[in-house]
Amino acid sequence: MRRISELALGIRLSVGGGRSGWVRLALIAVGVGLGVTMLLVAASIPTVLDARTERADARSVTWDQQLTPGEPTMLTQEVKSSFRDAPVVGLLLQPEHDDAPLPPGVPRQLEPGDLVVSPALGDLLASDNGAALRDRWGDRVVGTIGDEGLTGPDELRFYLGTDQLTAGSEYVDRIQSFGGADGSSAGLGPVLLLLALVGMVVLLLPVAIFISTAVRFGSENRDRRLAALRLVGADVGMTRRIAAGETLAGAAGGLAVGTLLFLAIGRLAAYAVPAELSFYPEDLRPAPVLAALTVVLVPATTVLVTLSALKQVLVEPLGVVRRGSERRRRFWWRLVVPVVGLALLTPLIDGLDTSPGSQVMVVAGLILVLVGVALILPWLVEATVHRLNGCSVAWDLAVRRLQLDSGTAVRSVSGIAVSVAGLIAMQGLVATIGELSPWSQADTSTFQATVLDIDPEADSAETWERELSRAEGVTRVGLLTSMWARPTPATAGQPASSDETLIDIGTCEVLAQEAQLDSCDDGDAFVVAPDGTTTPASGSVYLLGTGQDTRWTLPASAEVVGPAPGTVGSMGGMSARIMVTPGALGGIDVEPEGMTVYVALDPAVLDAADHMRTAAAQVDPAAYESPIAPERTTLILGNVQSALLVGTVALLVLIGASMLVNVIEQLRERRQLLAVLVAFGTRRRTLGASVLFQVAIPVVLGLAIAVVTGSVLALALQAAVDAPLAFDWLTVGVTSGAAALMVLLTTAAGLPLLWHLTRPGGLRSE
Amino acid sequence: MTVAHTLLGLLEAGPRHGYDLKRSYDERFGHDRPLHYGQVYSTLARLLKNGLVEVEAEPGAGPERKKYAITDAGVSDVAGWLAVPEKPEPYLQSTLYTKVVLALLTGYDANDVLDTQRSEHLRLMRELTRRRDGGDLADQLVCDHALFHLEADLRWLELTAARMQQLAAQVRA
Amino acid sequence: MPTEPLLTAESLHLSFGATTALDSASVQVHAGEILALMGPSGSGKSTLLHCLAGILHPDLGRVTYAGRDLTAMHDDERSALRRTEFGFVFQFGQLVPELTCLENVALPLRLGGAPRRAALRSAAAWLERLEVSDVAGKRPGQASGGQGQRVAVARALVTRPRVVFADEPTGALDTLNGERVMQLFVAAARETGAAVVLVTHEPRVAAYSDHEAVVRDGRVRAREHVR
Ligand SMILES: Nc1ncnc2c1ncn2[C@@H]1O[C@H](COP(=O)(O)OP(=O)(O)OP(=O)(O)O)[C@@H](O)[C@H]1O
Ligand SMILES: [Mg+2]
Repeated sequence: MRRISELALGIRLSVGGGRSGWVRLALIAVGVGLGVTMLLVAASIPTVLDARTERADARSVTWDQQLTPGEPTMLTQEVKSSFRDAPVVGLLLQPEHDDAPLPPGVPRQLEPGDLVVSPALGDLLASDNGAALRDRWGDRVVGTIGDEGLTGPDELRFYLGTDQLTAGSEYVDRIQSFGGADGSSAGLGPVLLLLALVGMVVLLLPVAIFISTAVRFGSENRDRRLAALRLVGADVGMTRRIAAGETLAGAAGGLAVGTLLFLAIGRLAAYAVPAELSFYPEDLRPAPVLAALTVVLVPATTVLVTLSALKQVLVEPLGVVRRGSERRRRFWWRLVVPVVGLALLTPLIDGLDTSPGSQVMVVAGLILVLVGVALILPWLVEATVHRLNGCSVAWDLAVRRLQLDSGTAVRSVSGIAVSVAGLIAMQGLVATIGELSPWSQADTSTFQATVLDIDPEADSAETWERELSRAEGVTRVGLLTSMWARPTPATAGQPASSDETLIDIGTCEVLAQEAQLDSCDDGDAFVVAPDGTTTPASGSVYLLGTGQDTRWTLPASAEVVGPAPGTVGSMGGMSARIMVTPGALGGIDVEPEGMTVYVALDPAVLDAADHMRTAAAQVDPAAYESPIAPERTTLILGNVQSALLVGTVALLVLIGASMLVNVIEQLRERRQLLAVLVAFGTRRRTLGASVLFQVAIPVVLGLAIAVVTGSVLALALQAAVDAPLAFDWLTVGVTSGAAALMVLLTTAAGLPLLWHLTRPGGLRSE
Repeated sequence: MTVAHTLLGLLEAGPRHGYDLKRSYDERFGHDRPLHYGQVYSTLARLLKNGLVEVEAEPGAGPERKKYAITDAGVSDVAGWLAVPEKPEPYLQSTLYTKVVLALLTGYDANDVLDTQRSEHLRLMRELTRRRDGGDLADQLVCDHALFHLEADLRWLELTAARMQQLAAQVRA
Repeated sequence: MPTEPLLTAESLHLSFGATTALDSASVQVHAGEILALMGPSGSGKSTLLHCLAGILHPDLGRVTYAGRDLTAMHDDERSALRRTEFGFVFQFGQLVPELTCLENVALPLRLGGAPRRAALRSAAAWLERLEVSDVAGKRPGQASGGQGQRVAVARALVTRPRVVFADEPTGALDTLNGERVMQLFVAAARETGAAVVLVTHEPRVAAYSDHEAVVRDGRVRAREHVR
């Protein structure tokens, strides 16, 4: 009971401590609140993802649905398209019955040509921006898709009624209901999973550090108050409990602030994320278990931090004695943590494996290494400042101050150090993953886009060539047709081998997209053989097309070439293909099996790709465009990258604010001394410079250790994904620059107070 | 009585001639008022009569060459004197007190009395400080004693002046 | 034999809002003399001292030091003057807590641009002279109040200033310590020929002065001109 009343006393003291008490409480509440916000957002991610998956599942089309006879059915075909970089996905719907199933969010059956669009797509179609999208699927928009049929408010999706689908076509599904597991949202790839894990660690760890820094805002003042309580008879245990009570008040405020901020951010965040990741604000609910953990753990942590901080000081009735200012920090045990972390990361060198065990190891290793940064930094700062020797008075004052108590400064900086280290690691990884995707090496000098999934039975090659050439911004069109070729048995009478291969037919220009051709003229034939595949012998005879008996002999002059870099073939796992120029077929005219159109786009024309997509969709809505060097992965990575950068800058701002609080607190405490120094004739410049050094020394050291650790981690991660090892100077430069700016701003923000305090009035003791 | 006790106390260190005694006394206690021979010898005579000292005769010497020694009775007399507290004398500075009271009664500015007096006190205090800082332990003790007393006077004066101002403010209000 | 005063204040006025701290205060300090400023609490002693030292700027009136008008100087100039010609001792809290006592004493020299080594050397000599060599390597927090004040005195004198301003230098000390500090202070000041402006309310401390001036209600009341 008494303990409770002591906690209560602490709470009362914290709010009754006059203006400074309130300021301290507010600072803690805001600091903890920011941390809580981040945690709640993180805790909401599972809910958001679940909600998205649920909706995606509910509208998905299962291709091998077991049909119950007599049930009304519907024919569907998926349409993949994109607008600029954003994917646009749709379904062609052809009900075979009035009671055919309806996808979620679509109220009634569609007539052929009826278009139902998601609100975001509707807006886009109506806007000037969407000009290149207009008429891609006709102009009869008859409604909008309801929320229940969309994963998020910004999703671009449509349903188009049609009567062109034929049951039994490879591309068409017949279904009697929507729903089932959605294959398209299968788990993240191992690399992206690694990225996501690293990202979480990198963003949340500094949050934890920041929370523990926030709890110490104004603690020197608090300690003096506690000393006064000791004077009137409080014992050590009581002061601890009172301090705990005070912190609890701050943490409770922090939870409140955090919840409010989270609610506010929920509205904004839904609009800030990229369209394909957009979610409904109401889905942003923290998972109950995680929310409960946050509510319990944050106050518990803050109290623990407070108590452990109090262990460092002796609150005596006559004042506060800092303990251990004489005791130097030991190095070895601080080193243990990152070394263990690195040891856990060593398996990465041999490449990534996706077993849960090794993922746990990677995450644990990362956390340990980054925590190691936070552990080594205090030692590093202490060891460094003890070796620093004076040159100027300002430098001396700063160094001496840090020698006496570097803890406060270091605590703030360790947040920066950890996040910058993590950021550099991530950036290194992200940048090299971009290099890694094979498409980025593809040759885009001639053609920039391809149109795939063309049903050659529906429209002729001439139609495609004509229609696409007409599109705005298309400068040239090249055609690659493919047909099956079965090798004929070596001796007559044996059944034809089922060992089919593909023959691609196209002009030299087109073939050069797929294979590394040294020279090519019409009439040439090539065998494209990725490393380690067996090549068909020249002179082999093939039966071309299905069901026909057109014989064709692979000419002896056929050159064996490698696949062009950046093509699917170059990634391995494919068998050899044969490529021929039209002349090499000698006038054989076979129904093609598949068709790909290569398109050259005029970079000067805005949205040329989209004009071309629209032209393609008008020929066949199911055909879709794909850039030759897609930016897809790099795009997602780019998002991750910019999110991280924004996160780091936000963190820098936060930490800058907390350092400013430290500086201000310290200046206030020393107002009389500052006034004395000025009375002595100390230039204000000297005092200002000493504040600058005092802020800058730990930041520079923190950044140094962050850059080293981050680079080591980046190399480890790069090795893990088999990417070329590279050092990311840009990130180092940007973050260092931002940090330097932060130091300057912090100092600059502290200076007015310094000028104010060094006015002669400061000589009066309070 | 005090001179007698002082001389007795000095004799506790060992027998002395009358002239030596006078010199020791003057050095330690007589800055303001040195003794003259008559006082010394008449005091010693009285102590002799009361049996507190005795004379160690030196053969063939005149009265000046008598050596005096303290008796046991004398030793206990000194002890008794030291043990009895002095009666506190509240009106040590009675003249000053009178002046201030008079000043107040007559409407004279108490601050002026204070300032004049402070100036005079400080003059003496400076001299005492100088003497003390240049002297031996005995000097220091004596000077400190005087300095503290003088300081007390001044403090009282300052306090009185401050009180008077308050009072005047009250009267005026 | 009257000489030109080193430092003169002529009818200084200074008010803080509604409070008039100085009301036509005039005072003179001659080279090498020790002047005690006395008077009741709140009478304006510290304010007068700060004006004399060029820390505060009077609303009206003039402060002249060695023929130069302090009130007309730029802040930088006054800072430089304080660095080189003046020294300061306050009641407490004037030593930089994270510097050692030795470094604290060396500080004014280094502010004046002296090389570190030389500054530390003369600082050590001053600590010796004020009998506090044993705290040279300690921080002020580890020294006693009396030692701290002696360090402060050493710091005030290390630049061999022509005027030392001392505001209740013994206010936080017991009698014995206070006396010792004053003895060492005054002896050192006399030896270096520094004038001292000493604010105190203790007559025994004032007794170390050559003259006293009484401040009352922002005005200097009594001053003996007996030079
Ligand atoms: N910065 C300031 N702001 C407001 N009032 C001030 C300031 N400095 C001084 N005063 C006022 O000016 C008057 C004189 O103050 P000063 O500090 O000079 O007194 P003092 O004689 O030094 O007193 P003490 O002996 O108590 O130190 C006081 O009434 C004080 O309240
Ligand atoms: Mg004062």
